[in-house]
Amino acid sequence: MSVYLLHGLRPWLFQRLSAIYILLFSVYIGYSFAAAGAINYGLWREWLFDPPNTIAVGLFVIALLIHAWVGIRDVILDYVHNTLIRVVAFTVVMLMLIASGLWSAKILLISVVI
Amino acid sequence: MIETRPVFLNLLKIRLPITGVVSIAHRISGVLLFLAIPFAVYLLDLSASSAGSFEQSLRLLQHPLSQLLLILIVWAFSHHLLAGIRYLLLDLDIGVDKAGSRLSSWAVLVAELGIVAVFAWSVLL
Repeated sequence: MSVYLLHGLRPWLFQRLSAIYILLFSVYIGYSFAAAGAINYGLWREWLFDPPNTIAVGLFVIALLIHAWVGIRDVILDYVHNTLIRVVAFTVVMLMLIASGLWSAKILLISVVI
Repeated sequence: MIETRPVFLNLLKIRLPITGVVSIAHRISGVLLFLAIPFAVYLLDLSASSAGSFEQSLRLLQHPLSQLLLILIVWAFSHHLLAGIRYLLLDLDIGVDKAGSRLSSWAVLVAELGIVAVFAWSVLL
């Protein structure tokens, strides 16, 4: 595995597939909010922890993290040329994304555990 | 090797075509959205944990500073989404000619500024 973590056609393809899912999910959540009208805690939890929605949000988080990783990786590759600083930047970004992913998983899995 | 070839890297003097404006804005908005991820997860956690923390997340979003940040994030999201759709269409060879790519760039900018204007209007009133 290279320092780029994904190379060749794969990042290009992952970027586009995740973009399409994010786009569809945005339309769906936009529609859900518009259809719900006024939102309160009960309605919000009911929507979020309805299993199909929890799965859709979970897939959205995965798509978002992949999308963000490929995008920020490209930005770092373009502007950061020093290998050491590059590896440090990759590590910081990767840790931030993994932490966000684990935190989201914890929030979404509460409904399964409790 | 000719040593006197023109090097023109004064960023203030480069007149970026409209397609280039959409391109760099796509990158800037992407970085902003990336930076927003931890805050979004924090808000998700607050909003889903208890009725009290749900109210707290709403109060956080209603703070004047977060309303300004929200306007910025709404810009970043609408630009990134609309320009992203434009890039997906370009991948499919739709609108790759000069006139078409300029027209779609203007369409993206006009639409996103419309969205931001409507959102800012609703937030600031």
